[in-house]
Amino acid sequence: GTCVNVGCIPKKLMHQAALLGSALKDAQHYGWNISQPVHHTWSVMAQGVQNYVKSLNWGHRVQLQEKKVKYFNIKGSFSDPHTVRGLTKAGKETVVTADNIVIATGGRPKYPTDVAGALEYGITSDDLFWLKESPGKTLPSFILYVSLECAGFLTGIGLDTTVMMRSVPLRGFDQAKKTICFTTQQQMASLVTEHMESYGTKFLKRCFPTKVEKLKSNRLQVTWKNADLDTEETDSFDTVMWAVGRAPNTKTLNLETVGVKTNSETGKIIVDASEATSVPHIYAVGDITEGRPELTPTAIAAGKLLAQRLFGQSSELMDYDNVPTTVFTPLEYGCVGLSEEAAVQRHGSDNIEVYHAYYKPLEFTVAERDATQCYMKMVCLREREQRILGLHFIGPNAGEVIQGFALGIKCGATYPQMMKTVGIHPTCAEEVTKLHITKRSGLDATVTGC
Amino acid sequence: SVQAHKEEDNPQKTMEVNGLTPVPHSYDYDLIVIGGGSGGLAAAKEAAKYEKKVMVLDFVTPTPQGSSWGLGGTCVNVGCIPKKLMHQAALLGQALQDSRNFGWQFTEEVKHNWMTMTESVQNYIGSLNWGYRVALRDKKVTYENAYGEFVGPHTIKATNKKGIEKLYTAERFIIATGERPRYLGIPGDKEYCLSSDDLFSLPYCPGKTLVVGASYVALECAGFLAGLGLDVTVMVRSILLRGFDQDMANRIGEYMKEHGVNFIREFVPIKVEQVEEGTPGILKVTAKSTTGDQMIEGEYNTVLLAIGRDPCTRKIGLDKVGVNINEKTGKIPVNDEEQTNVPYIYAIGDILQDKLELTPVAIQAGRLLVHRLYGGATTKCDYVNVPTTVFTPLEYGACGYSEETAVEKFGEANIEVYHSHFWPLEWTVPSRDNNKCYAKIICNIQDNERVIGFHVLGPNAGEVTQGFAAAIKCGLTKEQLDNTVGIHPVCAEV
Repeated sequence: GTCVNVGCIPKKLMHQAALLGSALKDAQHYGWNISQPVHHTWSVMAQGVQNYVKSLNWGHRVQLQEKKVKYFNIKGSFSDPHTVRGLTKAGKETVVTADNIVIATGGRPKYPTDVAGALEYGITSDDLFWLKESPGKTLPSFILYVSLECAGFLTGIGLDTTVMMRSVPLRGFDQAKKTICFTTQQQMASLVTEHMESYGTKFLKRCFPTKVEKLKSNRLQVTWKNADLDTEETDSFDTVMWAVGRAPNTKTLNLETVGVKTNSETGKIIVDASEATSVPHIYAVGDITEGRPELTPTAIAAGKLLAQRLFGQSSELMDYDNVPTTVFTPLEYGCVGLSEEAAVQRHGSDNIEVYHAYYKPLEFTVAERDATQCYMKMVCLREREQRILGLHFIGPNAGEVIQGFALGIKCGATYPQMMKTVGIHPTCAEEVTKLHITKRSGLDATVTGC
Repeated sequence: SVQAHKEEDNPQKTMEVNGLTPVPHSYDYDLIVIGGGSGGLAAAKEAAKYEKKVMVLDFVTPTPQGSSWGLGGTCVNVGCIPKKLMHQAALLGQALQDSRNFGWQFTEEVKHNWMTMTESVQNYIGSLNWGYRVALRDKKVTYENAYGEFVGPHTIKATNKKGIEKLYTAERFIIATGERPRYLGIPGDKEYCLSSDDLFSLPYCPGKTLVVGASYVALECAGFLAGLGLDVTVMVRSILLRGFDQDMANRIGEYMKEHGVNFIREFVPIKVEQVEEGTPGILKVTAKSTTGDQMIEGEYNTVLLAIGRDPCTRKIGLDKVGVNINEKTGKIPVNDEEQTNVPYIYAIGDILQDKLELTPVAIQAGRLLVHRLYGGATTKCDYVNVPTTVFTPLEYGACGYSEETAVEKFGEANIEVYHSHFWPLEWTVPSRDNNKCYAKIICNIQDNERVIGFHVLGPNAGEVTQGFAAAIKCGLTKEQLDNTVGIHPVCAEV
């Protein structure tokens, strides 16, 4: 699926490649005699990543075999409520019937429909991770976390990268994205993009492309409208990558024939709390379901629990609340729970307290790295117990930091409990247990000394 | 301040000039803190917030090798901070190797320059020393770089570097004098061996090093020295990381062994002789087996002793004021409000008996103590489920019970241990150890499978462990853990 082949896995590995580029620069400050600048070769990285992904493909096949799960490499669609018809690459037809059917076809990147040349000349994340040659000067377009993450690591390995954005960072088009903590978290999104700018990624804000043409040199010429200046501009790039959203893979499934209802706006499959569709024995999990976070771990958990419920072992439903996640931009952003905006909307600004801090990772000191955007905030209810509604962290290893706190929030953690927890020194995560300046106070939130 | 105290006879006037309310009983100060380390400074700064007249005395007796440092205590100068930075330097060495697999091109073998690293680290520490002095000044805390010792009730004598003595009185005292490395008591130890007090400011590369000890200090130092490319041997008397979960301790040792650190087990040095002078020179170490008569010899450029730390409590006049100490260990027993047997004398930090020797614990204890003394608070320091991390090459984060102590306390039948190896994604492409990282949680079956112990061995163990410690504080159960979705792909999701 997406995660293993064209999502989380190759993304994180390429992000790591970019981080290592920074590490190489830091290393000099720490005494390593390495001559700068060091150059990056795309094909070495791509091969390393692709080999690992292929080993995972193989691993999955072996596991299915070991667990006696029959695997067909065919494109399936419904011919009736209990029958799936599939075609192999060669066109050979297979028909399978089943008692229960789970649809988990995920999504695919969208192409913009209003930009000439978008389909012919642009690529998407589906292509990026499998390129054999460097994408060169790249323009990832629009702001979803996919776009920022890709732009981030492309810049990190030394490529000239520009991000074109129509409106604000990290806003998604899908309704489902609203359930992820970062979608409405404006402050954090700004810090993340600010960091990327200081890191070398160019941003074309409030711009949208109108056409992509191929030049004689084989490069691509992109024309766009700048909404602020009301002008039209052009520039040439080696690669144009679209990250304008993902569309659910439902069109070719023949869902109408069997009566599985989808959301007319998003195309996603409507399910209830037990992952059941409008047809009793047909279920759906993962990115394709309406109103769920598009994340691998939730899909995995939901799938497992579904199987456990179907075959009698349990009645436990999937809990989609407080799902933690991380955006792997050059300076990572991890979060769990509500964004500040969502908390204000739900409880009113008088009823929430936001504790925050700007901090500097110890490792940045000797490396002389800028920590301006290293920041965290905890959104709590103001009333006596001060339950934590959301935690947001920007800095290195954000995912590692947030995971444990997500557990705490699952346990109903309160601000006093957080303050009772002793910090581990010296780490970035310990700053979470020391948060004490509120936004309300207006005081300087910079952490000073031990 | 020096001028004012020379006059000595009108402390009241001095204080009024400073705009502070007079101290009862005509004491010079409301509070004198002996020791300007993590605990001492935290307490002093907190007390100043309550507008108390506070003095901090901090003094570093130079090591046998002559090393000394500024304000801030062990953590800042010769502990957590330089340790983590040098550990980072070693990790970056590994990153350099990995980066080739990720497409970064450089053919040369990259060498490490000790002086470049040490200078950068010392510069940063210097900025922290300075920062502390400024912070104390800003908060109107009087700081003297002088050795404090009790000479009578409510009275201490402060002796500075030049030998000038001054007497001060205070209503209350906090002892936060911390510890210093222990020596072996064998011929040549003080003359030729280094300790962690010397290592972080060493003005030359230590070269081929013998680390004596199996404490976290020993293993962390051995770890980063090896990571910087040095030939390192660790001489261990018996077990590794006494007091820590032994399964985890052994895994750490195995990893270090596989990554080039030599271990000599069940031997203790009996003498150290100098073969050649120099920076570094050559030292010959003779060691005896703990299980027989066997003797071995080895030559090293540097011998680093890391066999334990002793509290600085024997020469601060505690007998003059009747403060009890544990005669054997030198540690000070206190009640759960950090009070010694003398009501107006308190103690915090590494010198406390039966408490964890960690910076954040000292800071927390110091702050809460001051809140109780001057702010009318009642909250006591919570020493339960304090998380910690050992920054060995493969980092180890832990919170709560070790497997051994859990079995001892609850019985093997009443605990369940869930465990897993994991392979950090970042290690796949460079083909690094695929079965070394490991995590386990220990649950109390009788208490709703409450998580009573958390252990993780892997990169960024500290960052991973912190949040779990918070969750354990909230009474985390296995079920709640199972219900929490993982962040993908990170190590912590395991």
